[in-house]
Amino acid sequence: MDRAEIENIAKLAKLHIEDDQIDEAIAGMSNILELVEQLSSADTKNVIPMAHPLDALQRLRADEISENNVRDEFQAIAPETENGLFLVPKVID
Amino acid sequence: MYNNSISIWAEKLRKREVSSAELTQFFLKRIEKLDPQYNSFITTCNEQALAQANAADALLAKGDAPALCGIPIAHKDIFCTRGVLTTCGSKMLANFVPPYNATSVENFARAGTVTLGKTNMDEFAMGSSNETSFFGPVKNPWDKECVAGGSSGGSAAAVAACLTPGATATDTGGSIRQPASLCGITGIKPTYGRVSRWGMIAFASSLDQGGVMARNAQDAALLLSTMASFDAKDSTSIERPVEDYSHTLNTSLEGLTIGVPDEYFGEGLNPETATTVQAAIAEIEKLGAKTKAIQLPHTKLAVPAYYVIAPAECSANLSRFDGVRYGYRAELKEGEGVEALYVRSRSEAFGDEVKRRIMVGAYALSAGYYDAYYAQAQKARRLIQQDFVEAFKEVDLIMGPTAPNPAFKIGAKGNDPVAMYLEDIFTIATNLAGLPGMSIPCGFVDNKPCGLQIIGNYFAEGRMLNAAHQFQCATDFHSFEPADIA
Repeated sequence: MDRAEIENIAKLAKLHIEDDQIDEAIAGMSNILELVEQLSSADTKNVIPMAHPLDALQRLRADEISENNVRDEFQAIAPETENGLFLVPKVID
Repeated sequence: MYNNSISIWAEKLRKREVSSAELTQFFLKRIEKLDPQYNSFITTCNEQALAQANAADALLAKGDAPALCGIPIAHKDIFCTRGVLTTCGSKMLANFVPPYNATSVENFARAGTVTLGKTNMDEFAMGSSNETSFFGPVKNPWDKECVAGGSSGGSAAAVAACLTPGATATDTGGSIRQPASLCGITGIKPTYGRVSRWGMIAFASSLDQGGVMARNAQDAALLLSTMASFDAKDSTSIERPVEDYSHTLNTSLEGLTIGVPDEYFGEGLNPETATTVQAAIAEIEKLGAKTKAIQLPHTKLAVPAYYVIAPAECSANLSRFDGVRYGYRAELKEGEGVEALYVRSRSEAFGDEVKRRIMVGAYALSAGYYDAYYAQAQKARRLIQQDFVEAFKEVDLIMGPTAPNPAFKIGAKGNDPVAMYLEDIFTIATNLAGLPGMSIPCGFVDNKPCGLQIIGNYFAEGRMLNAAHQFQCATDFHSFEPADIA
């Protein structure tokens, strides 16, 4: 793990790492990756990956309206809204 | 009377020897007086609690009230509570007041319980010591220089100090059982899918499971019977009737077979913890159970598999925090755009451990690494589960230590995330397999509580609580309490 790699991961994760914290971030990540490296020793040939402990399937429901419109309640706790829209800084000039 | 069990309080409420309003005020005063030394609550709900208590008293006066009507409890600050601050231990949600209740909170409200407040926790439940909370660490009531465990450290400390008779909690890798062990209380994480995750702020969705903490198994049974439900709003909720766990508490343990895994008594385990836990298992044998040595050979894969799966799911779940719809929003400088809004809001409001896990997850899921990490971890997860499936062909319950060591000093593992992760070596496999697990007090190591872990087969919560209750009828480890709480 080097500087370029950790900066790329931070970018993917939409996080910024301060310059003086890069070394610590690299050390922390490297330790954890060393720990998870132990997985490569496991013989997993023909093992089916496990997604749900009880192998439950996705439930489906009828396509009916089941919830009330609570937009105003949800927007009341938003940082910035206008006319029912969430505001963000200008994206396109 | 501060240390009465929930069942005793419920009886007194039903007989109108005490009102819910009096009881609620009594615990709110205890919190106000004692909690500054533990930091176990982030928010207390004085006004709302008294309104709920008055409503409960009206119901109790009519008779025919639900079993827990009028009982004050606390909710871990990961459960959304309508109109009440819900921070998840993070600066990101330090201003978040949800417009709805989590299903679990709703289940308790419907049963007439009173919410005293919201308990402290590791940020987004990521931690084993409650030191990652934006609101400061929780102090262990048994030794205030030590951690309370995590991530549900606030709920555990509050129950241990009798600031509440019971509390909700969540467990993704041990976050109910490990703090329960370190604080000398009873905690149970049921089977994955037994308690709704709706309105419970997500960390790692395939592992997260809500549960309860109390001062004994009888109280935990009462709480879990109320909390558990099928919930159509949670796509992984299990459609299966909920048992009344109180009904089977007195079943005899005669003929029960307890599996004792060799792997849970090996490297990394404090020798005194080992002796204490072995003595507890011997006690259970005296009650009629038989023990059998078993092997869970893939145990060593649990921590590495967990530290791929949990961060991967956390990086996906926490991508919702972007400063747009709720939570923290960074102040932007002139000319900064939406990208800066995302990056600055997230970088300023997430703590170090949360950022670290998001990055590990983003790495494990990124192009070229998915098969080596995530897919391999999901396969390891299957192997871990198969170990348990084989074991449960021969035994009814599995028992061993909950945590390898008693509570450690605050700050002792601060700079070493991997050392902290290893505190969960005995609890993580249960989450990966989706099995129920619990911890009950079974003695003391270095004058600090030590927990016995009980693992059951899928939906064996009744059996686990039964064994725990029988143990507690024969011993008194659960009734010891820290100094200075009277």
